[in-house]
Amino acid sequence: MPGVINMDELTDVDKAKMERDQKKIEVKLERWMTSKCCTEFMEAVQAGVEEDTLVKGIAEDKNPFKELKGGCVVC
Amino acid sequence: MGEMEELRKEADNLKDQITEARKVVQDTTLQEAVAGTTLVGRVQLKTRKTLRGHLAKIYAMHWGTDTNCSKLCVSASQDGKLIVWDTLTTNKVNAIPLKSSWVMTCAYAPSGNMVACGGLDNMCSIYNLKGKDGNVKVMRELAAHTGYLSCCRFLNDSEIITSSGDCTCILWDIETGTEKTIFAGHLGDCMSLAVSPDFKMFISGACDFTAKLWDIREATCRQTFSGHESDINAIGFFPNGNAVITGSDDATCKLYDLRADQELITYQDSGIMCGVTSLAASLSGRLLLAGYDDFNVNIWDMLKAERVGVLAGHDNRVSCIGVSSDGMACCTGSWDSFLKIWN
Repeated sequence: MPGVINMDELTDVDKAKMERDQKKIEVKLERWMTSKCCTEFMEAVQAGVEEDTLVKGIAEDKNPFKELKGGCVVC
Repeated sequence: MGEMEELRKEADNLKDQITEARKVVQDTTLQEAVAGTTLVGRVQLKTRKTLRGHLAKIYAMHWGTDTNCSKLCVSASQDGKLIVWDTLTTNKVNAIPLKSSWVMTCAYAPSGNMVACGGLDNMCSIYNLKGKDGNVKVMRELAAHTGYLSCCRFLNDSEIITSSGDCTCILWDIETGTEKTIFAGHLGDCMSLAVSPDFKMFISGACDFTAKLWDIREATCRQTFSGHESDINAIGFFPNGNAVITGSDDATCKLYDLRADQELITYQDSGIMCGVTSLAASLSGRLLLAGYDDFNVNIWDMLKAERVGVLAGHDNRVSCIGVSSDGMACCTGSWDSFLKIWN
């Protein structure tokens, strides 16, 4: 099983090594321009918004959570 | 120079390089990009159902996702019970007594066949809802964490991921009850986790003020996001999986884009000075619903970063919030012992 690690047993040096090694991985990441990310983000939101009940609301008669009239609820 | 000093220097150097690399790709801010869009209209949700039955603080809730249980949810309370609710009728489908009442998290398996919970017992207990005789029994007790269980999420009926106060997250094999992978790297208690929509990654938020993105199969940490000034209590994926939302004791929520590897925007207001306890995005991602220590849920327009609504109705801290998988309703759970369904 990979990496049996008990954080309590790691020394400060171990932790510093882990941190250094992790940053070596992260520094190599290929990063997108934020303009591209923002455009995609906006498009993703706008694509789904018409079907988003919490944004658009829902007609009383179509709302599955509408108050149940009559009968009783046994808990 | 001692070994510690050298290692610290190397790490700091690398961190500076990362900061530089993030600046290089920052050709716009989200605020500038959305300047031309209109603020979403005021959002006024009503309480449609109140789920009554718990006798103490509710710490967690999770909606079912399978088509058979998209209106079912599970809640965990320090009254020592897990309750599976039919939110349409408010009936309790199952009321499961727990060995340990100090529960902090619960989860519904995507299949609807199981639920899980854990807390100060340092274990994750898995319950089979579909046992032959109709009784709900403990199926497995996953024990290995040396700190409290803060969160758990099923990948499928045989795998679950947990986060812990021992600073690690673990991927478990439920059948054998053993650890498949330990994800270490956080320097503070892990408080929350969320699985990506494609189930290949997960994110964790911790008391070291960072969020980490992990590759489940490669067992590596891909990215680390900083910026928060206090513990991250809540974390979630933006619906398409390309961004991460965090909520912190620093009273803000942040949106981090995975491809740009940086924060796109912060959701904050000078009038809000208490910590964020929980969060959930609406189906399209247009709205961010965040629960705060002041008993309210603030609703944010995720594009414009402005508050567009408030859910006021609980008499104590809102500890958990979730949006149903079809986006039709949101559920809040509170220390006042009630859950409410809103839309």
